Amino acid sequence: MAELKKFNKFREVMREIQKSGAAVYRNPVGTNDLVILSPYNIKYVHSYAEDSPFFLALAKGKLLGSECTKCHHKYATPRSHCMECGSETKWFDLPLEGRVHSWTTCYFGSEEFLKETPFNLALVEFDGVDTLLLSRLDGVKQEGVYIGMKVKAEFRKKPRYLISDVHFVPLVEKKVSGKQGK
Amino acid sequence: MPAQRRVYAISGGVTKFAKAHPEMDFRLMVKRAYDYAMKDVPKLKQSEIESSRISYFSDHFARQLKAASMVQDYLGLNPKDSRRIEWGGATGGQAIQAGWEAIASGRNDVCLVAGFETMSHVETWKGNEFIALASDTNFDYPVGGFYTGYYALMVQRHIYEYLRKSKFASMKDERKAQKAATEEAKRIMAMVSVKNHINAIYNPYAQYPEKLTMKRALGGEMIAWPLNRPSVCAMSDGAAVMVLASEDVAFRYTDRPVLIKGVGCGTDTMRLADRPHGHVPLFPWETAEYYSKLEYPGVHSFRAGRTAALEAYKNAGITDPINELDFVELHDAYASSEIQTYEDIGLCRYGEGYDFVDQGHPFLEGVDYGLDLPHKGTIPVNPSGGLIACGHPVGATGIMQGVFAFWQLQGSIGKHFGSDRLQIKNAKRGLIHSHAGTGSSVTVTIMEGL
Repeated sequence: MAELKKFNKFREVMREIQKSGAAVYRNPVGTNDLVILSPYNIKYVHSYAEDSPFFLALAKGKLLGSECTKCHHKYATPRSHCMECGSETKWFDLPLEGRVHSWTTCYFGSEEFLKETPFNLALVEFDGVDTLLLSRLDGVKQEGVYIGMKVKAEFRKKPRYLISDVHFVPLVEKKVSGKQGK
Repeated sequence: MPAQRRVYAISGGVTKFAKAHPEMDFRLMVKRAYDYAMKDVPKLKQSEIESSRISYFSDHFARQLKAASMVQDYLGLNPKDSRRIEWGGATGGQAIQAGWEAIASGRNDVCLVAGFETMSHVETWKGNEFIALASDTNFDYPVGGFYTGYYALMVQRHIYEYLRKSKFASMKDERKAQKAATEEAKRIMAMVSVKNHINAIYNPYAQYPEKLTMKRALGGEMIAWPLNRPSVCAMSDGAAVMVLASEDVAFRYTDRPVLIKGVGCGTDTMRLADRPHGHVPLFPWETAEYYSKLEYPGVHSFRAGRTAALEAYKNAGITDPINELDFVELHDAYASSEIQTYEDIGLCRYGEGYDFVDQGHPFLEGVDYGLDLPHKGTIPVNPSGGLIACGHPVGATGIMQGVFAFWQLQGSIGKHFGSDRLQIKNAKRGLIHSHAGTGSSVTVTIMEGL
């Protein structure tokens, strides 16, 4: 915990730098360390390339999976070639209802999503499909989620062309407890 | 297996892992660890080092491309052969194996393996973002990319497969059964946190040594259910180096080199969602019948870890790891993945990991944990404190494990730690395990003392 105390002093200097751009850190080891702010902002031009049909369908309220044309392995998270046999896949409509295969509630996270915490993540399984889809599970708190819970897809009205344009909510069980639902 | 030369570790060095080292940049951190290692083998001249394998995980953290070349430069190793190694969380373990290959192949007689990470350059939540960029940026990251969340998804299913379906199988109410199983798993994960934090009290290189109690381990702030702060490793600044040498020259520099007896490596899909359902790759002492109802690996187990262990045991001639190994240093980025890894590397069968902890098997004999442990010391796991208590400066982590294992097998823990409390008596053989990306990349290396 001495380690944390030491770091908290350094963190104060980090905050000062956010305003002034530079500061000298009087290090307990005896050095004076000049620390500067070094910003780094980039906007990438990112093509979804072979995954594009999935994201275009998403914007229209549809989920597309991919099925191997040779061995018929069915993927809920699409890929244009089969990882089992290497053959090309074709698109198929995924059901919009599935079950929670596993889940968690995140109380902390990456900077980009920190303001959205707490949120649930779920790996969703679909009947007749071999792999899963990672998604947010909204409309239910940690206490109400369980493996096997039936869920259904909902789509963002104004698409952002991100996988988060789809999220899942509990299918039928809204009545179970007053604690549930945001 | 084709002919290959025997490779020995002859020296090692580690900087103290810390939340931040603003007084040292990455080059100076590596230099400090390197000088320590060189001091331990005074007969080795720098001119005799023929090549280097330098590891760091993230260019985002480093904010300096070609940082490995700058290390090479700072250490004065130009114009020799060198390369950067990157393999996510398993970067350090892979660097050791890359150094092993340089010597086993006959290309070099002495190779330096060095690694570092400088994670203090950004706040923790930004660091989490950088790490989450090591998940699929089309399908995983935008959902709320957060590695602790991914590992929480994995352990939730592990709990379901191995506690809900066994110890809690008789409970009829599905939700209550899952909740009870999770509470039991939390208790056992807290035992792992207690073990690793208390071990670290005797390790001067560790970032978070603590006399952790079960109460505090269970009461920590929740990060991603059911993983709380004491069961998750922190971000760190740090460096570690190992010097490897061929059998021809190793004994010139030290009379106590440690043999790298076997290496193994495994991989799996980057996306958890893609993990297949098939059969368990079996160890010789396991049967297919035992796992007939298990869909493997799913998201509950690390097939890459099992694959790496199978290869390493084969190369090292190990058929009974629990009796042939004296300790394990494994990649416990989360208390959950420590338990999952026991099963992958065959310390117990799949499904027995929780009981393995509860019975005390991975705890150290001579340390008081304030717990009732009937079978303490069967095979100490993370005697150093592991990632949970030592910290996890990614590119250095796997090499740190290698150095601690090297000192254990030399019997020189007392010399390097200033106390021999963590020295395992007569340790002959140890396993180090480095792991990345929800189990997409794993190395296992077996080391053996003279």
